[in-house]
Amino acid sequence: MMQVFGISIQALLGQLLIGLINGSFYAVLSLGLAIIFGLLNIINFAHGAQYMLGAFVAWMGLTYLGVNYWVGLILAPLVVGLFGIIMERLMLRRLYHLDHLYGLLLTFGLALVLEGLFRQLYGVSGLSYPIPDVFQGGVNLGFMFLPYYRAWVIVASLSVCFCTWFVIERTKLGAYLRAATENPELLQAFGINVPLMITLTFGYGVALAGFAGVLAAPIYQVTPVMGSNLIIVVFAVVVIGGMGSILGSIITGISLGLLEGLTKVFYPEASGVVVFVIMALVLLIRPAGLFGRLK
Amino acid sequence: MTGTAKTNRPLIGAVMMLAVLLIAPHLFYPVFLMKVLCFALFACAFNLLLGYAGLLSFGHAAFFGSAGYVTAHAVKVFNFDPISGILLGVAVSSLLGLVIGWLAIRRSGIYFAMITLGFAQVVYFLSLQMKFTGGEDGIQGVPRGTLFGLVDLKDTMSMYYFVLVIFLFGFWMVYRTINSPFGQVLKAIRENEPRARSLGYDTDRFKLMVFVISAALSGMAGGTKSLVFQLASLTDVNWHMSGEVVLMTLLGGMGTVLGPAIGALLVVTLNNYLASFGSWVTIIIGAIFVTCVLAFRRGIVGEILEKIRTLSPK
Repeated sequence: MMQVFGISIQALLGQLLIGLINGSFYAVLSLGLAIIFGLLNIINFAHGAQYMLGAFVAWMGLTYLGVNYWVGLILAPLVVGLFGIIMERLMLRRLYHLDHLYGLLLTFGLALVLEGLFRQLYGVSGLSYPIPDVFQGGVNLGFMFLPYYRAWVIVASLSVCFCTWFVIERTKLGAYLRAATENPELLQAFGINVPLMITLTFGYGVALAGFAGVLAAPIYQVTPVMGSNLIIVVFAVVVIGGMGSILGSIITGISLGLLEGLTKVFYPEASGVVVFVIMALVLLIRPAGLFGRLK
Repeated sequence: MTGTAKTNRPLIGAVMMLAVLLIAPHLFYPVFLMKVLCFALFACAFNLLLGYAGLLSFGHAAFFGSAGYVTAHAVKVFNFDPISGILLGVAVSSLLGLVIGWLAIRRSGIYFAMITLGFAQVVYFLSLQMKFTGGEDGIQGVPRGTLFGLVDLKDTMSMYYFVLVIFLFGFWMVYRTINSPFGQVLKAIRENEPRARSLGYDTDRFKLMVFVISAALSGMAGGTKSLVFQLASLTDVNWHMSGEVVLMTLLGGMGTVLGPAIGALLVVTLNNYLASFGSWVTIIIGAIFVTCVLAFRRGIVGEILEKIRTLSPK
């Protein structure tokens, strides 16, 4: 058996794969946070809860209505996005003229409500979501075993990230969006409906979280607390990457996931904190974040 | 209203508050009151940072909880007396505050909140993994000890008055800090940091100092709480705790002297009454957060003060 630094290559690649999957989730979630922050200037604390909501909507769809995985993958983000749109219209909209901290506090409160509701309904023990039939099994690559579903998760999240990047950086719609980030008043003066754009952007960012939740459902247990621990790491990812660049969020998310995987191999005790250690280092060396700029 | 009456107002308020706190344990369950006092001190310490320096920390449980562990360990294993135990807890939480604050003040606003939350999570992981904290079990059966070798704190009433003295000391520290030139500079930083800097104040130093003071007082509250309940556990370092202290401050009124204490009283009461209703506590606490942010951002005390201000003739 091949070994690197006394660790079998299988174990190393296995952890790297898990790291890559976690990294894909970090990427999708931090991307959503970055888009929302760019336009609304608030940090969405409920992002983790909405990720959880996505997983639960898919699970509930499958369990109560027999909605299959593929429909769930489309439907759940829509439901979660709609929830986000309602939330923006009814609540967040009233806070735009205030300090950004209020947005954080409001979304924190909503995260607690969501988490508490699902805990009340389903308890904290996890529910399992079966891997769809198409992705049963896996392929032996010779040096490691790659389950199909995990490969799909990576492909799906990276495609969504890429599409989002493409729309924002390369299309006319994206140009409006970037303009709104720079100067919303000016854009509105050109006749663009900026408030509607803000609502839809928030909805999209939240839908991304829901999408990640559905992808995660068959890998992890579906539990009410699945989002809250994840979101703290994603916040650290956002601090490390800085929220200035779309591509930056994606790259930071994936590399930190991989780094976490490596840490699990070489020094498992530190795997829970490695992202925060990197955050401390980045704050020392480049306080604005790797891809950010200080405003 | 005459000038003398106005200057006497805080004094009268203080005397009334003291009277209520002295009589309270004879009317209410003392352990509950001690819990309220510990959290009131915690919230006041937090408010120093949020209400007066404008820094929202989402990781204050790190200081509260770590001091709880250190105090519990010192008293139980090293046989420290209660006061030295709490002081050791304060020393550790201050040091932690120095390190986390030093890193976190490099960013402001929501980044500051996210950074403090992240570092608090590190403290949580450490508490989970280190040997002396007892992992999921926490440190149980912490002896309350005796004060100066004279007063046995196993007696609930003695313990209450001990906690009361600690609370009053901490409250007085917060009050003095707010009403000092240092506190004025903090308010200037909160209102307009670039301007404070242009006036020649080293704003980063002030922010770091208030962060450490706040961490130290939070530690004092946490250490005391571990003696009251004879327990230090993961609950106190969890991010839920960081959120709860934000709520206490927000609900009572950030930037008011008394607000956080009132907020702590309400939140602790709520927690006590709803403890048997499972997750409803979380739901209701979340709902209060939302209501506070949307409907009364000044908090209870803040809104009352505002009413008095608008009603009283200029």
